[in-house]
Amino acid sequence: MGSQEYTFLVFRFDPERDREPRFDSYTLQLDEWQSVLGALMEIQDRLDPSLSFRYSCRGAVCGSCSLSINGSLALACKTLLFRLPGGTITVEPLPNLEIQKDLAVNLQPFWKAYQEIQPWLHTAGVLPEKEYQVSERERSRIDQFVNCILCACCYGACPAIGRDSDYLGPAALAKLFRFVGDVRDRREESLLRTLDDQHGVWGCDTVFRCIDACPKEVRPTDGIAALRRSLIASRFGRRR
Amino acid sequence: MAGLRAAVGLADSCDVAVVSRVHPLRSHSVAAQGGINAALGNHPEGRDDSLDRHAFDTIKGSDYQADQPAVELMCQEAAPVVYEMEHWGVPFSRFPDGRIAQRPFGGGAFPRTCYAADRTGHVLLHTLYEQAVRKRVKIYDDCHVLRLVASDGRVSGLGALHMPTGKVVGFSAKAVIMATGGYGRVYLRSTNALINTGAGIALAYRAGVPIKDLEFVQFHPTSLYGTNILITEGARGEGGYLINRAGERFMECYAPGAMELAPRDIVARSIQTEINEGRGFQDEYVLLDLRHLGAEKIKSRLPGIREICIDFSGVDPIEAPIPIQPGQHYSMGGIDVDQDCRSPVPGLYAAGECACVSVHGANRLGGNSLLETIVFGKVTSEKLPPDLETLPTAEPEAVEAAVKEIEQDLACLSDSRRDGIPYTAIRDRLREVMSEKVGLFRTREGLEQAVAILKELKEGVKRVVVPGGAPNRRFHQGLINAFEVGLMVDLGEIIVAGALRREESRGSHFRTDFPHRDDARWLHHTMASWTPDGPSFSTKPVVITKYQPQARTY
Repeated sequence: MGSQEYTFLVFRFDPERDREPRFDSYTLQLDEWQSVLGALMEIQDRLDPSLSFRYSCRGAVCGSCSLSINGSLALACKTLLFRLPGGTITVEPLPNLEIQKDLAVNLQPFWKAYQEIQPWLHTAGVLPEKEYQVSERERSRIDQFVNCILCACCYGACPAIGRDSDYLGPAALAKLFRFVGDVRDRREESLLRTLDDQHGVWGCDTVFRCIDACPKEVRPTDGIAALRRSLIASRFGRRR
Repeated sequence: MAGLRAAVGLADSCDVAVVSRVHPLRSHSVAAQGGINAALGNHPEGRDDSLDRHAFDTIKGSDYQADQPAVELMCQEAAPVVYEMEHWGVPFSRFPDGRIAQRPFGGGAFPRTCYAADRTGHVLLHTLYEQAVRKRVKIYDDCHVLRLVASDGRVSGLGALHMPTGKVVGFSAKAVIMATGGYGRVYLRSTNALINTGAGIALAYRAGVPIKDLEFVQFHPTSLYGTNILITEGARGEGGYLINRAGERFMECYAPGAMELAPRDIVARSIQTEINEGRGFQDEYVLLDLRHLGAEKIKSRLPGIREICIDFSGVDPIEAPIPIQPGQHYSMGGIDVDQDCRSPVPGLYAAGECACVSVHGANRLGGNSLLETIVFGKVTSEKLPPDLETLPTAEPEAVEAAVKEIEQDLACLSDSRRDGIPYTAIRDRLREVMSEKVGLFRTREGLEQAVAILKELKEGVKRVVVPGGAPNRRFHQGLINAFEVGLMVDLGEIIVAGALRREESRGSHFRTDFPHRDDARWLHHTMASWTPDGPSFSTKPVVITKYQPQARTY
């Protein structure tokens, strides 16, 4: 493991105090196996405690530290320095969201979209005494969507959100498919039809930016395409 | 997780809100991997499993330090809560017959750990959050609680720094449930999330609530060398081997019956012994070998840890063994509560890792922590509402006073005094001392040194500052870090003093100068209460009902 000098150009902005954003430059010696999150923590601890960013697990499961790193959206904790070219690294907040301070963005629109799809298992009838019987094959159908950590990288990458802030976005729609594709879910089809428009499942440009941005190998576009298919099928009177 | 479960249970009958430093989905529970224990008997080799057996394994695993009625309650509730979570949508892995899959875990006589690949915490937390959304539970995130307001034997609420505005806010409440997790970051090497500073436990302590059994600190045997990210016990449950530099499966020398699936305290000490005696690699780690499980099993049962190994250490467990070392993982001790989650202070409840019921005693079994969070979150939601009728009303003046005190504290921390000590200096030294002297192996000499160093650090806390001050408090994490370092030192002080007092070895607490369990002298809970001069200690009996303490071998 080698140590080397790195320079970080970090986006700084407090909308309540600053007229304009700026980039602050920090240079420090770090192990090449250090992550960008580790570097930001070092900067906060040793150089500038006023730097703001979100973090929690540092193991790529909580979804807190989504950032733009050298222009690509990624979890800072999972982005190790030796995997980045050169010794200068630019760190910016997620696009498509209002900046709260420095690298912290207001995720309210993202959570609102998530809530709009009614993100819980809709059951009907009498619950089984023990568990529902589900095969591994049925379960694995929704596996990739279950793996979504709601980090909002896809939301930041989505060109349709940039255009239409009422569009639900990739994560919420992928989550919807996580439930629609779950054999235990019995949601009313009318619920699905409320999302049968340009702000819902038809808002996607199918340009796959969300898939590129996802740090957990979720393919939201696959879920959106499947939702579109089931909506078309239901228009012709077929149950999904 | 415990907090969310409590809130979901309370949402229909009470005005309840979740106050959290992070969005609930960013809580440390999300990182739990291996599973949740319940004697469902779904595994072909688990047909004879039972509540009693689960309870016995938990009690033996605890080295007889757990309160047995509480353990029985947890085990009784295990199957119902697992089924409830399944009905709420948890996508558990399945056996070919469509039932919830179960795997063997350390210290369990039968395969009883229900799992969703190796992302069980993730799916449980997300499912509970979904239920919280369904029930429209109010959530105040980005809120750092800095005071638990309790006086004259009553709870009045909380004081917190609201990060988006930088304002100190008060919450008046008749009842407060602490569900704030563990204190892993008091140690240098921990599997815990970076946010796990133990602040909640320390706030309760400062508010006059006794803290129980804090000297029992679990070190997980297998944390990834370098980052100390957790590598699930499920990896050994699926058949992984621990190997030293000589290529030996060394667990044969320590636990020939259970081998790699001995309880965590035993496996962690065995690994550390191998490393200390020169049979590790670079005097730092040993290997966890999964290669013989084959690519398919690794990909289907352990995809999350495979991803972690590749991303964080460049090792694909299909092709090479994983470098691992023990790392601080879990706090068996915590806020003193009974099995209804009531603390001795009326109106204050606690559940999950921050609480000590005690169901884990001196050593927790893998798969029992997720279970504890959900069972006791639920228990709190059932026991609390009837109490509201008799609890005194909150005192808004007390909350207002707390808000003013916090303002003063924060002003003090951002003061540019000349003799100020940066929070990092205290925090880094604390972590070093805790890891070196209050780790897997403890001695009187080392602990006494730790006491002296902590005394200095506590003096230092009086002068702690944020370098550069904090003229703008919005999202100023440095300010929070500076505040919390004092809380962390308080916890360190309790752990060290408790470990020094306890002249025996029990579960995770191992004294090389007292290497045996001593029930005659030490079969009791350690109770620490805040005083201006440091913790004052008393004891409380361990509740033994069905299972008399025996020698603990595996």
